[in-house]
Amino acid sequence: MSDIINLSRRDVLKAGALAGGGLVLGVTLPGFVRNAAAMQSASTFVPNAFVRIGMDEIVTVIVPHSEMGQGAYTSVAMMVADELDADWTKVRAESAPVDPAYNHTVFGIQMTGGSTSTWSEWKRLREAGAAARQMLVSAAAETWKVEPAACSTENGSVVHSASGRRLTYGKLVESASKLMPPKEVALKEARNFKLIGKSTKRLDTPDKTNGKAVFGIDVSVPGMKVAVVARSPVFGGKLKSFTADGAKAVPGVRHVLQIPRGVAVVADGFWPAKLGRDALEIEWDDGPLGSLDTRTQGEQYAALAREAGAVGRKEGDVDAALEKAMSKIDAVYDLPYLAHAAMEPLNCVADVREDSCEVWVGTQFQTGDRAAAAQEAGLKPDQVKLHTTLLGGGFGRRAVIDSHFVREAVQLSKAVKAPVKVIWTREDDMRGGFYRPRAYHTVKAGIDAAGKPAGWDHHIVCQSFMAGTPFEAFVVKDGVDETAVEGARDNPYEIADIRVAWHHAPSGVPTLWWRSVGHSHTAFIVETIIDELAHTAGKDPRDYRLGLLGKHPRIKKVLELATEKAGWGKPPAEGRGRGVAVHESFGSVISHVAEVSLTKEGRPKIHKVTCAIDCGPVVNPDTVRAQMESAIAFGLTAALYGEITFEKGRVRERNFHDYPMLRMNEMPEVEVHIVPDSEKMGGVGEPGVPPVAPALANALFTLTGKRIRRLPIRSEDLRKG
Amino acid sequence: MIKLKVNGKDRSVDVDPETPLLWVVRESLGLTGTKFGCGMAQCGACTVHLDGEAVRSCVTPISRAEGRQVTTIEGLGADLAGPLQQAWISEDVPQCGYCQSGQIMSAAVLLRENPKPTDKDVDDAMTGNICRCGTYQRIRCAIHLAARIKAGGKK
Repeated sequence: MSDIINLSRRDVLKAGALAGGGLVLGVTLPGFVRNAAAMQSASTFVPNAFVRIGMDEIVTVIVPHSEMGQGAYTSVAMMVADELDADWTKVRAESAPVDPAYNHTVFGIQMTGGSTSTWSEWKRLREAGAAARQMLVSAAAETWKVEPAACSTENGSVVHSASGRRLTYGKLVESASKLMPPKEVALKEARNFKLIGKSTKRLDTPDKTNGKAVFGIDVSVPGMKVAVVARSPVFGGKLKSFTADGAKAVPGVRHVLQIPRGVAVVADGFWPAKLGRDALEIEWDDGPLGSLDTRTQGEQYAALAREAGAVGRKEGDVDAALEKAMSKIDAVYDLPYLAHAAMEPLNCVADVREDSCEVWVGTQFQTGDRAAAAQEAGLKPDQVKLHTTLLGGGFGRRAVIDSHFVREAVQLSKAVKAPVKVIWTREDDMRGGFYRPRAYHTVKAGIDAAGKPAGWDHHIVCQSFMAGTPFEAFVVKDGVDETAVEGARDNPYEIADIRVAWHHAPSGVPTLWWRSVGHSHTAFIVETIIDELAHTAGKDPRDYRLGLLGKHPRIKKVLELATEKAGWGKPPAEGRGRGVAVHESFGSVISHVAEVSLTKEGRPKIHKVTCAIDCGPVVNPDTVRAQMESAIAFGLTAALYGEITFEKGRVRERNFHDYPMLRMNEMPEVEVHIVPDSEKMGGVGEPGVPPVAPALANALFTLTGKRIRRLPIRSEDLRKG
Repeated sequence: MIKLKVNGKDRSVDVDPETPLLWVVRESLGLTGTKFGCGMAQCGACTVHLDGEAVRSCVTPISRAEGRQVTTIEGLGADLAGPLQQAWISEDVPQCGYCQSGQIMSAAVLLRENPKPTDKDVDDAMTGNICRCGTYQRIRCAIHLAARIKAGGKK
């Protein structure tokens, strides 16, 4: 634990908040002293930024990652608790305050994303638990006047087996608080894990079944007003003029204010605020995107695809290989903008005072949001206290680089001198942008006389949401945005002659990471094309893939497991078809086998999805299964329904009636198989999504003989050819 | 003043009679377990019981609840809440959890009317409740489990 230093008692006292007990440890980063001191009290032991143990035996794990459904609170707490040998029934999870101590171990800012919450904490938080355990052992040994080595720990107690003595952690709080932290900590061998690797009930479930769980939208502060904002119906549009009379006439409306992103109606509650917003008369200047149209944009993308593009991968001579190919595919794919559509519409509460600001928000992007709040409030970041609530879904939408939904609340609170909660309606959320970019792909691919791939020329036309942001330098390399080509550039199949090029399509529509980011479109193309090559070559699509994955034993193994469990090789029931896809992303490999039929109306009916995953060492197997179930529902929703379209610059879709979600009656049976004894730890929140749509499309092909080139799947594309 | 009974208690609220029950429950009465999801009866996150029937509170004007009994997730009777919450925990149903109050309120009416629902019954009763995290398979299992618990069978 090299980054932990000691703070002398005097230093801590100088920090000013030490109420009573002992030594507080902090990490070297500035800011932590204040936080640790604030957490310290007479009845708690705070060995580091991540653990707090009370005299009441409660072990609180301070989790640096947001809980948005992916199970981070539980998995992270399990890592700490296992090394601490805590009594799991006494373990609680708490969201971390914003502080550099909680910065992401890889990304360097406090945030949640990239399916990293478990593996990025695998070392840091186990060490935090182990350090606390060692200090408790030392405290007990000192109390008993025995060697620490003669003591052990189990289930929330230190035990001296030679004498049969035992002290619970709560009883050691006072003495442990006086100790120095260990310079080195020893981590458990995997075989000694008691929680890690075993399905463990989530800590947040009880409160999510009785109405007690607090999401951002549930926060209430004394004197708080509620705001609903009218934003430009066209992205990049500007306010020309507005008339507030109608809004002001609504009982309960207190203020009508212009803010940078539009006109806000601030009222006593949501309903008057919304009625007031509806009563505004606003004239907008649509700006350059006023004529944006999905169809004409498609034509522009098609033209862009014909240009050279920035080459992200080039091996062999793809043109010559295609020239010589025995048989060729020439495919054009068009995948739409997609909305995250989390169940909890965006919202944020801000309370700006003269020299402080508090923000309550379900966010994935604490560091940026706090900085933005400080900027808007005219304060320093450390004058802003940001509370991370539970998130009613995130999927990337709550990690926004410009912090727009936080800024609005801070601007309004500052202006009206009262706490303000901004609530987005579903329509605001749906039409508010930050979509998965539209992705237009062209692929020319061939096979040789033996059926092997002979040339793969892949062009991706897609907007970059990284260009022009502070992240550009990390993500855009040699003119190619990794988030646009990931999953296609690293096409795993043995193809001697391959080119993957990216064509930046700036559109002005705000786009963003959407659960699985670039993989959400690239996997569809790679996995349907390879399937098509297999069929063209007259080969079984599973065997064909296996034959081209010699350099990727991990991918091979997952594909083998999924297909074996799905009964690949045995014919499916009459009227049903099976399709497979496999894809690596976020450090994990996932394969899905979809079993489908067509309804009388000609719509796909998905009966079952068999999933295999290799995500390395597993912390909570049930969470891995839950994330696969979730990813399958998410992927099917996109494949069957997801589409944001534009007409005259305006988003056509408004709510769940025209941007539908998969529902109970459409949910297939899902079976998840986890590859055991794997070494490389990967993520689980996102990587289950990419192989869903291609597995479905490949299954439908076996029923219709038609390849699906555009999503969502349209009935006319399923009529037998 | 509009008078109604919420979770067994007499309440009176001074709001526009057109105000949706959802916002009265959440903002006037502070019962935030009932969620806002769509505002047009599409997602079921706002499901409450009005005289025992599941309604979408986001499109139910408060005037319709006048003089009637409203039950929210916070006040669901133990005979239904107990088995359902136990089953939800046993199956570890929730992910983000935002839709789950509504799911449980819909499931409660199903179980009250139909103590032993089939998969088809579950589809019919639950298809109005969206879960963006896709916990449907677990909701289905939990409803069947809750039915067994309620019937006094094994967990």
